[in-house]
Amino acid sequence: MSSFSATEMMTIAAARALKNDDVVFVGIGAPSAACNLARLTHAPDITLIYESGTIGTKPDVLPLSIGDGELCETAVTTVSVPEMFRYWLQGGRISVGFLGGAQIDRFGNINTTVIGDYHTPKIRLPGGGGAPEIASSCQKVFITMKQSLRGFVDKIDFYTSFGHGEGGDHRKRLGITTQGPMLLVTDLAVWEPDPISKEFTVTSLHPGVTRDAVQATVGWTVAFADSVTETPPPTTEELDVLRALHARTDAAHGKKEKAA
Amino acid sequence: MAAITTLKDAIRDNVNSGDTVAFEGFTHLIPFAAAHEVIRQGITDLTLIRMTPDVIYDQLIGMGRVKKVVFSYAGNPGVGLLRRMRDAVENQWPRALEMEEHSHSAMAQAYEAGASGLPCAVFRGYLGADLKRVNPNIKSVTCPFTGEVLAAVPSLRPDVTVIHAQKANRKGDVLIEGIIGVQKEAALAARRVVVTVEEIVDDFGDLHPNLCILPNWTVTALAQVPGGATPSYAHGYYDRDNSAYLEWDKVSADRDLFTTWMQENVLDATPDTFADRIARLKETAA
Repeated sequence: MSSFSATEMMTIAAARALKNDDVVFVGIGAPSAACNLARLTHAPDITLIYESGTIGTKPDVLPLSIGDGELCETAVTTVSVPEMFRYWLQGGRISVGFLGGAQIDRFGNINTTVIGDYHTPKIRLPGGGGAPEIASSCQKVFITMKQSLRGFVDKIDFYTSFGHGEGGDHRKRLGITTQGPMLLVTDLAVWEPDPISKEFTVTSLHPGVTRDAVQATVGWTVAFADSVTETPPPTTEELDVLRALHARTDAAHGKKEKAA
Repeated sequence: MAAITTLKDAIRDNVNSGDTVAFEGFTHLIPFAAAHEVIRQGITDLTLIRMTPDVIYDQLIGMGRVKKVVFSYAGNPGVGLLRRMRDAVENQWPRALEMEEHSHSAMAQAYEAGASGLPCAVFRGYLGADLKRVNPNIKSVTCPFTGEVLAAVPSLRPDVTVIHAQKANRKGDVLIEGIIGVQKEAALAARRVVVTVEEIVDDFGDLHPNLCILPNWTVTALAQVPGGATPSYAHGYYDRDNSAYLEWDKVSADRDLFTTWMQENVLDATPDTFADRIARLKETAA
């Protein structure tokens, strides 16, 4: 086994959670890398959907944006954006929504809208895009993001997308019938919601990561599962495929950059 | 029937100060040339609609031409934030900017409702989300059959929708392929429609019969502007110029740099600049 970075471990651990028969609504960035790694390793038939309308896409390199041409060229079909959100997302055909975020709390609520007050923001972020409905219409939600005190906060400034709210049966009380955030993969650990309280709980630490290291990057008191396991380290195949994907991506986008 | 004309005349005849305008495109086929022509003609006090406001909205906002923006995701695609829009929101430079913020699902369905002649869009959305707390245009309706409470937003009815497409024929029928986004709905929701195209061909001959998305009588004005979507891309014609988006991140970070850049690249330019830009792209790619 060769050495690996925390980011590689995060992407690989997130990819492992996806199944061959999943239909995944893919966010850009870290989720996109994980979903394509799954497709290139253990889940060759996984259906990846980007909100630009591309269904069953198989890009050779990671897209820079959700609307890159290659997503369309390699897709089974490309539909309009209204159709994407009505028939495919709202219609209940997506098994996993894969999201990232700027801020997250212990119940998997995510903020990508503003830091500070909405009307007089300290920092205006891009906004929710598809996330508010991805969070409620996909059968379940996976989240991947790097841990930091800025990102893992006790209280998020804005509920861009609803996770488990205040915990417990909060989703049910709002009439939401889907499962919500069921997995959080970070650069340090794998987290899953407690079955009752729905608080995200560390169930697996990545190799070499201590509980203190996890707590040091989280703005609330971290809950650990009764038995915390160690995340299996990346296999040679996982690392090789991921690195080749990134190398192809850099080469493709680098070449286009020089074209200006 | 579409008037086939120049970009200058198409904008002059159809876009007025104070209008509500949608320049649509989902990363693909962004109508850069048309937006730059709007800036050159001094058109201002616009209400802009767009699911994914990107660089052209950053430019219009930074030039002080926008009083309000209706949107669902404001970012420089693949790069980060929109710095001119942020400056307007956070510091009111060069003027305050009103915002009406939705989700993608809401915007897409509100365009569809506009195209359908309905007053509002009804959908399952915003469950537990804070946007409905800060946007008074997000309301709810109860299904008369099941009792389910659904979200409702007003339909979008732009005064003008401006889009870029690959091809038109001599009658002005318009074809789009690839990532088709929300352009058809945005066009059919609008009172007037301005389309720029890469090329005008004699007829669509052997092309796939479903590719013609806007019959000529739904288009108000049509102008041929080769390269009119660059630095975004036109599927089948040219790739995205990713370096331009990275450059924009730097240009837009500084008010003076932005102002100089706009003078040189927009105010002192013409629609023909776009053809030169893609010629250069193709040359260096070869």
